[in-house]
Amino acid sequence: MTDWIDIGTLADIPQRGARTVHIGGEKEIAVFRTGDDHVFALINECPHKKGPLSQGIVHGHNVACPLHNWNIALKTGEAQGEDKGCTPTIAVKQEDGRILIARPVSMKDAA
Amino acid sequence: MEFQDGVSPVTDSGDDILVPMDDVREHLVVVGNGMAGCRAVEELLARDAGRYRVTIFGAEPHVNYNRIMLSPVLAGEKTFDDIVINDRAWYADNDIELIVADPVTAIDRAAKSVTANSGRTVHYDKLLIATGSDPFIIPVPGKDLPGVISFRDMQDVDTMLAAAEAGKTAGGGSAVVIGGGLLGLEAAHGLTLRGMKVTVIHLMDTLMERQLDEAAGWLLKSALEARGQTILTGANTAEIFGQGKVEGVRLKDGREIPASLVVMAVGIRPSTALAREAGLAVNRGIQVDDHMVTSDVDVLAVGECVEHDGNVYGLVAPLWDMCRSLADGLTDRHTGYKGSVTSTKLKVAGLDVFSAGDFSGGEGCEDIVLRDASRGVYKRVVVKDDRVIGAVLYGDTADGGWYFDLLKKDEDVADIRDLLIFGQSFASGGGVMDPKAAVAALSDDAEICGCNGVSKGQVVACIEKGACSLDAVRAGCKASASCGSCTGLVENILALTLGDDVQSGPKTMCKCTSFGHDDVRREIVAQDMRSIPEVMQKLHWSTPDGCSSCRPALNYYLLCALPGVYVDDQQSRFVNERMHANIQKDGTYSVVPRMWGGLTNPRELRAIADVVEKYDAPMVKVTGGQRLDIFGIKKEDLPAVWADLNAAGMVSGHAYGKSLRTVKTCVGSEWCRFGTQDSTGLGVKTERMTWGSWMPHKFKIAVSGCPRNCAEATIKDFGIVCVDSGYELHVGGNGGIHVRVTDFLCKVSTEQEALDYCAAFTQLYREEARYLERTAPWIERVGVDYVKARIADDDAGREALRARFLYSQSFSQDDPWAQRAAGAETELHQHLQPISIAAE
Repeated sequence: MTDWIDIGTLADIPQRGARTVHIGGEKEIAVFRTGDDHVFALINECPHKKGPLSQGIVHGHNVACPLHNWNIALKTGEAQGEDKGCTPTIAVKQEDGRILIARPVSMKDAA
Repeated sequence: MEFQDGVSPVTDSGDDILVPMDDVREHLVVVGNGMAGCRAVEELLARDAGRYRVTIFGAEPHVNYNRIMLSPVLAGEKTFDDIVINDRAWYADNDIELIVADPVTAIDRAAKSVTANSGRTVHYDKLLIATGSDPFIIPVPGKDLPGVISFRDMQDVDTMLAAAEAGKTAGGGSAVVIGGGLLGLEAAHGLTLRGMKVTVIHLMDTLMERQLDEAAGWLLKSALEARGQTILTGANTAEIFGQGKVEGVRLKDGREIPASLVVMAVGIRPSTALAREAGLAVNRGIQVDDHMVTSDVDVLAVGECVEHDGNVYGLVAPLWDMCRSLADGLTDRHTGYKGSVTSTKLKVAGLDVFSAGDFSGGEGCEDIVLRDASRGVYKRVVVKDDRVIGAVLYGDTADGGWYFDLLKKDEDVADIRDLLIFGQSFASGGGVMDPKAAVAALSDDAEICGCNGVSKGQVVACIEKGACSLDAVRAGCKASASCGSCTGLVENILALTLGDDVQSGPKTMCKCTSFGHDDVRREIVAQDMRSIPEVMQKLHWSTPDGCSSCRPALNYYLLCALPGVYVDDQQSRFVNERMHANIQKDGTYSVVPRMWGGLTNPRELRAIADVVEKYDAPMVKVTGGQRLDIFGIKKEDLPAVWADLNAAGMVSGHAYGKSLRTVKTCVGSEWCRFGTQDSTGLGVKTERMTWGSWMPHKFKIAVSGCPRNCAEATIKDFGIVCVDSGYELHVGGNGGIHVRVTDFLCKVSTEQEALDYCAAFTQLYREEARYLERTAPWIERVGVDYVKARIADDDAGREALRARFLYSQSFSQDDPWAQRAAGAETELHQHLQPISIAAE
């Protein structure tokens, strides 16, 4: 059964932006809010050279990595276009204005 | 049975209603005389009029009226009588007992009876709960003050009308509407028409964010503002204040808006208290099955108060679906309710808005966007697996029903995909046509370009005279040369007329637009556009919110064209500009304080040394631009680092921005035995003038004190080389991948002239280069002679450029570090919240 962790409200994240969250000493998680108020959570690392995706430009349901402009699909973590690679995603949901993310048992299983 | 609407209930005692002994029909008692309750009865009567004896309880002192039409009543377009759905005769004709102004307060399921406020108790065989929903009141101080109301029933409308009337005698009243959703905007519109000064406060960044995407929300906001309303988005209500009655609203950011009336329209919640107290299963709403039966087989529920399959509906269309299923169930037909796909159609202040289904996009979804700026139209249809799954329409909602129909029927639209966005008459008229065939079918005098009045025949003639590209057509006959909405049509005419000989147009800014950089810049100025959504709308962007290429470019073009009035979008800036520091490969940041002209002093050096120790920075390096770069600072430490550097008098070096970076200098005449002029002093003056300016790309300046050129001024964007007789000015140098030595611009004789020419050149570059184009490729593109003509040969033009630069600087020379160190957007540097869970 999924263990959901309340990490805050939608308003805590800027539209077309992201905030980061640390859970239990594991890798940093980036929680994104898109222009249409969807929320996605990914490990805060680009599959290319581990750029902090949380700092990239969010457009549509994608984020452009701030280091080398790789385009990552927020839903799947997959690099878009010619680039190949995938960032692990974390299940996330919105409930009554709160954002809940699935507690990863171990980051190995996060994908 | 006699009763008067709005005067008194049917009976005035608490006695049970006497039932004729010979009436053996089952008794259906309906709690709620609103749209759902009455509609359910109507559906039932249509199926089997004689099956049940019906009694309806209403809390309001009215017959059944159309709640949706309260807005036109408020607006003065209709009277109450106009919105009555079923008048007294209907109840009488159908032998329905109506009990008004007497809300039911309890249900006794064991005794199968309900008790109303008056004490009246009625036995039922079947009970239908249709209590609708209650307005949600945000729990802020002052919410109970007189003058704070919701927008839910006739009484609210009467209160609003009274406030508007009182305002007239007091010289114009003002109202605040909290909530920029459908209901709030309708209230605001009505109050505006009634002569009140209305301010809408909306918590989210765009209006009606649940029904509309950002582009449509922005259009709506602009149109409402043009009609005199004040719309505050991203505004959070802290308090409603007033002595004895409401006097105004205070926002969390401290702003106060005076008001004699506050309408709270932030949302509704299912009215479930009665059902809950009766022990029925209630989640968000009263839980019902596909036949609208609650957890008690003899109790049904319908409308906004119910929850079906996890969904709660606040719109009227699902209610009709539910009532049909309910009536079927009550008359032993078992169709069953399967949930509703909803659409919203709204008309406020003459503005048409429509949305349906899921328009939030996502994986596998394709957006088809049509923006017709001259008509103020925005359409977006979301297609997934060749099926329409959502639509947002603004300005022209004529095809809303058609899209909604395609969506509900789950129809395959592959065949009409290319024409879908043009609407039903185009896409399905005369069978399936491709866009070229559609254009071919147009007559010669059909208008192609509405802006310039160009017909199809004129476009064809222009092409036959030799125009074989879009640009050539634009130049030849003006078609598509203004708003550009007919570009697709012109391209199709080109393709039809020339076959494969069409020349592809100039490179567009990105895949989101058919416009090139220069076109976009020109249009921003020509149309006085002030925000990114506005540009995207008016220039027909084909994506809902652009991409990582066009967004930073648009932000810059707006900033450059309209300093002081444009709306900056932080989220459209690259990370370095957002964080005011340079991101490094490990995700940490480097921080470069400004050292004017490369000068520093013990206090600054001490402050830097202290920062390096305090924040454990692993490296400090002198940069190529003569500044000190502190490496390895964590995102969360940045505000504290800035505060410490600010305390020593240092400001941001903008080493991170597409902006003026550094002014490099040599020591010049003050110390150097070869120095001819005070190059350090001039460098400081130059940096004081240019710092903080945003550019198409990074921009570096250097001042060398003599032709030995120790400051390397001849590979900078703007270089000054001091000579005995004055100052040689150089432009377009670059020490990057392709080293480029500057072009000589001209020679001037005074420091002031050197500064003036520098300002003018900088502004020319800012205004004319494309985003991310440095001065070197820009000058190679336009030619150095052009730059000389604009800067050296045109005194008036140079002066105008200089004046525009200095004007722009009056808005940009504030230290971003100081703002952030003082607490602005601190949260962006922090993790969402500390969560400490032991890792397993």
